[in-house]
Amino acid sequence: MARRAEIAAALRSFVPDGVIDNERELKAYESDGLTAYRQPPLVVVLPENTRQVSEVLAWCRREGVKVVPRGAGTSLSGGALPLADAVLVGLSRMNRVLDIDFVDRVAVVQPGVTNLAVTQAVAERGFYYAPDPSSQIACTIGGNVAENSGGVHCLKYGLTTNNVLGVEMVMADGEVIRLGGRHLEPEGLDLLGLVIGSEGLLGVVTEVTVRILPAPEAASAILLGFPTTRSAGDCVAGIIAEGIIPAGMEMMDKAATQAAEAFVHAGYPLDAEALLIIEVDGPPVECELLLGEIARIAAAHGATTSRISQNEEERLRFWAGRKAAFPAVGRLAPDYYCMDGTIPRSRLSEVLERMAELSRHHGLGVANVFHAGDGNLHPLILYDANQPGQLDRAEAFGADILRLCVAVGGVLTGEHGVGVEKRDLMPEMFTEIDLAHQQRVKCAFDPDLRLNPGKVFPRLHRCAELGRLHVHGGALPHPAIPRF
Amino acid sequence: MATPLRPNCAEDLRDLVADAVRDARAIEVVGGGSKRAIGKPHRQASLVELGDLTGVIDYAPSELVLTARPATPLAEIESLLARNGQMLAFEPWEHGCLFAAATPIATIGGIVAAGVAGPRRVSAGGARDHLLGFEAVSGRGEIFRAGGKVVKNVAGFDLSKAIAGSWGQLAIMTELTLKVLPRPKCAVTLAFEGLDIERAVRAMAAGMGSRNAVAAAAHCPPTGGRPSLTALRLEGFAESVAARLAALIDELADFGAARELTPDEAADFWRSVTTAAPLAGTETLWRAQVAPSRAAALAQSVADEDGRCLIDWAGAALWIGAPAACDVRSAALAAQGHAMLVRAPGELRTRIPARKAGSPALGALEARLRQAFDPAGILDPHRFS
Ligand SMILES: Cc1cc2nc3c(=O)[nH]c(=O)nc-3n(C[C@H](O)[C@H](O)[C@H](O)COP(=O)(O)OP(=O)(O)OC[C@H]3O[C@@H](n4cnc5c(N)ncnc54)[C@H](O)[C@@H]3O)c2cc1C
Repeated sequence: MARRAEIAAALRSFVPDGVIDNERELKAYESDGLTAYRQPPLVVVLPENTRQVSEVLAWCRREGVKVVPRGAGTSLSGGALPLADAVLVGLSRMNRVLDIDFVDRVAVVQPGVTNLAVTQAVAERGFYYAPDPSSQIACTIGGNVAENSGGVHCLKYGLTTNNVLGVEMVMADGEVIRLGGRHLEPEGLDLLGLVIGSEGLLGVVTEVTVRILPAPEAASAILLGFPTTRSAGDCVAGIIAEGIIPAGMEMMDKAATQAAEAFVHAGYPLDAEALLIIEVDGPPVECELLLGEIARIAAAHGATTSRISQNEEERLRFWAGRKAAFPAVGRLAPDYYCMDGTIPRSRLSEVLERMAELSRHHGLGVANVFHAGDGNLHPLILYDANQPGQLDRAEAFGADILRLCVAVGGVLTGEHGVGVEKRDLMPEMFTEIDLAHQQRVKCAFDPDLRLNPGKVFPRLHRCAELGRLHVHGGALPHPAIPRF
Repeated sequence: MATPLRPNCAEDLRDLVADAVRDARAIEVVGGGSKRAIGKPHRQASLVELGDLTGVIDYAPSELVLTARPATPLAEIESLLARNGQMLAFEPWEHGCLFAAATPIATIGGIVAAGVAGPRRVSAGGARDHLLGFEAVSGRGEIFRAGGKVVKNVAGFDLSKAIAGSWGQLAIMTELTLKVLPRPKCAVTLAFEGLDIERAVRAMAAGMGSRNAVAAAAHCPPTGGRPSLTALRLEGFAESVAARLAALIDELADFGAARELTPDEAADFWRSVTTAAPLAGTETLWRAQVAPSRAAALAQSVADEDGRCLIDWAGAALWIGAPAACDVRSAALAAQGHAMLVRAPGELRTRIPARKAGSPALGALEARLRQAFDPAGILDPHRFS
C-alpha cells in the first residue's frame, strides 16, 4: 500500500496513459463475476501491446510485486479477484483482431477481444468460433484461455482447449514466448495445453490463435418435458446410446423452468419436473432425421411434452428461457450463487434428490440448470445477502454440493474454474501429492509465485520446498520382485 | 542384458521408480514396444515392461468414458468399443508396421504417451483432446492423479495435456480415462485425381471450410505411374452423408471431376496415408507439422532434395520420406513448423534428435517442467537428446 505512488509512477513510464491509482476508480475493479468477494487492487495498469506487458511484468518481478491478470472480469470463481498488494494487469485495451486466414481456418486475436467479436469477425464468410460461453458478449478470449471456458455446444465442438492452436504469452519475468502456432501438434511437450485452463497462474496471454469453423447449414431444436428427472436423464442416455451427439442438450429442473417461464414466456410446460432442450445442427435433412429419432426416444421415456421448432423464431424462443435462466432465477430471491460441478450423468437423479435434502438442511432454495450432454450441473442457490448469515449458509450449501459431485465420481468445476472460490475444496478431489505435482508446474513457469497468487491452490508451497526429492531407502516394500 | 522388470500394479511400479531414483539409474518403459525404434538407439536404461498392467477397468458407453490400464492393447479397446457402436475418435493406429516385419502391438498407454492420431485428428482432435484424466507414477516415485472421469472438467491444471505426447518423460501412466464417441454409421470418400500439391491443399481447405463437416482430408502424390489422389471423407448418418456428398461435389467442381472411392479403395487409401505405406523404402521417415498454407512450400523444398511426401490433416501434417542428407527439420522450421524423425538408420538417430524444442526458450521451459516431474532425470532422459 505504502508503495502505491512509487509503483504507479514506475508503471506510467511503461504505459503512460493506462495507469489507475486513485481509490475511486480502483473500486470499479474490486470484484469479478463472483461479487461476494471484493478487494480493490493496489494499482491497475492497462497495457496496449505485448512490449508493455513484458516491461510491466519484468519490472514487477524485479521489484517483488505480485500481478493479477484480468480480462473482462466475468469469472464466476474469483479468478480475477484483485489483491491489496498486487498490480492488476487489465488486457481490455488489447482488443484487435490481427489476422484471419480461411485456408488455415484460424483467427489471430489479441487477448482483450471478446468471444463474440471473434465470431463476428469471421461471420461474413460463414465461419464462427465454436466455444460459446453464455457470457460471450462480454468475456474475453484471454479469459476464456485462462479458464478453458465452454458453452452449450461443447459436447459436440469442444472447450476452449480443443479450439485454440497457439498463444503468445509473457512469462512472469517478462520473457515473451510462443506456444503452438497454426499447426496441430506441438514439437515437444504440450505446453499450450498446460497454459489453457491455468487461470492466469502461468503467464499473461497476449495473443491467441483460434481455430474457426464453418457455421452449420441449419439448426433446429426440440423441447421436451418429463414427469421425473430420472426419465429425462434416461432419455439423454438413450439418445447417446443411439449414436447421436446433439449440438446442445440442456436440462432445467422444475424450479428453473418455472422461473424462466415467468420471466420470458418461452412456452415451457409448467407441470414438467424436468425440461430438456435439445438442439441438432447440420444439413436440414440431418436435423429432421435426428429430431424425429430424438422425439421417438423421448416418447419411449415417457415425455409429456414434445415440440420440434418449426422455424428459427421458435428455436430461439426455446432457448430464450434457458439463456435467461440465471436472471430469471435471480428474481426468486435477492441473490443467487451459481455452482458448477460435473457428475457422471447416470447419477443425476440421485444427486438432485440429495441436493433437495441439502436444501432443506441449509434452509435455502435451489434451482438447477444442467448441461445434460456432458454432466455439467449449475445449481443456483437462492439467498439474501442482507439477511445475516445467509451468505455463509449459501457458501456452505455450495461446498456440500461440490463435495457431493466429487463423491459420486464427478469433479469440482466443469467450466468456471477453481479461482478463490473452490480453492479450499481442492483437497476433496486431489491428494497432497496430486496437488504438489500440479504446483510444480506453477514453479516451472513462475518460480517466485508472483502471478495470481492465492488462486487455485489451497496452500501455495515455496518452490524450493516442493522440489526436494525424498529418496526412499531401507526396507523394500515388495522384496519378491526382481530389482536392478 | 538384465531381465526386464515387470511391475504388476501401480504400487510396484512406484517402488521400481523409487529404486531407480535411489540408484540414479535411467529406465525405459515399454508397453507393447511398437515405437521402440523411435529416438536415440542404445541408451543406457533398464527396461520396465508394463505388460501386466492391462485391461479395461471401467466402461460406461452412455457416459462416453472408458478407463483402462496402460498396456491394454489398442485392438482390444477398439473391439470393445465397436461392439457398443463407439470408437476412439482420434483414430489411433499401430506403429509396428513402420519398422519391422514382425509387428509388435500398440497399447493404449503408448498411443497416448506418443500422441498418436490418425486422419480424423483434423476434425475430432488428437490424443490430447481425448485424455480426460489419468493416474501415473512420476519420476519422483510417487503415484498421483490428475483430471477426472467425466467429459467436462477444469479443476486444477490440465496435466492430461502435458502427459499426452510426453513419451513417458514426465510420468508413467498406470490408468487412463478417455473420452469415447459414437462410431459413424456411414462413411464415404470423395477423391480427385491429378491435382498438384498446391491445388490439393486448396481443395482440402475448401472442403474443410465448407458446411459439409469433412471428417478427414489427405493427399497422396503420384506414385508408380498412378496420378495423385486427393481425398475427403464424410461421415455420419447415411441421409446426411448423401446430402453433404452432393453439396461437396458441387462446391469443389473447380477442382475437376470427383469420384467416390469404393469401400476397399477408401480403406486402402486411408491406411496408406496413415501408415506412410508408399514411403516404406525411404532412408528416413519424418512427420512434419505445419500450417496447411505452408504444406506445398515444405513439400517442394524436400522434393528439391529428392524427398517425397504424403499429406494428411488437410495439409497440417506431412509424412516425408527422404535421403539421409536431406535436412527435413530445417525445411520444416523454414515453413514455420517442425518435424519429428520417426524412422532412420541407427547411426543417424544417434546424431539427430528425434524431436527438438522449437526455440531455446521453449527448450529451457521444457527442461524445467521435466525437472519438476522427474528431478533425478531417470525417465528415459536421453531418448530425444
Ligand atoms: C452471466 C455469466 C455467464 C457465464 N457463462 C459461462 C459459460 O457458459 N461457460 C463458461 O465456461 N463460463 C461462463 N462464465 C464465466 C466467465 O465468463 C468465463 O470464465 C470467462 O472465460 C472469463 O473471461 P473474462 O475475460 O471475463 O476473464 P476474467 O474474469 O477477467 O478473468 C478470468 C481468469 O483469467 C485470467 N486472465 C484473464 N485474461 C488473461 C490473460 N490475457 N492472460 C492470462 N490470464 C488471464 C484472470 O487472471 C482470471 O484468473 C459466465 C459468467 C457470467 C458472468
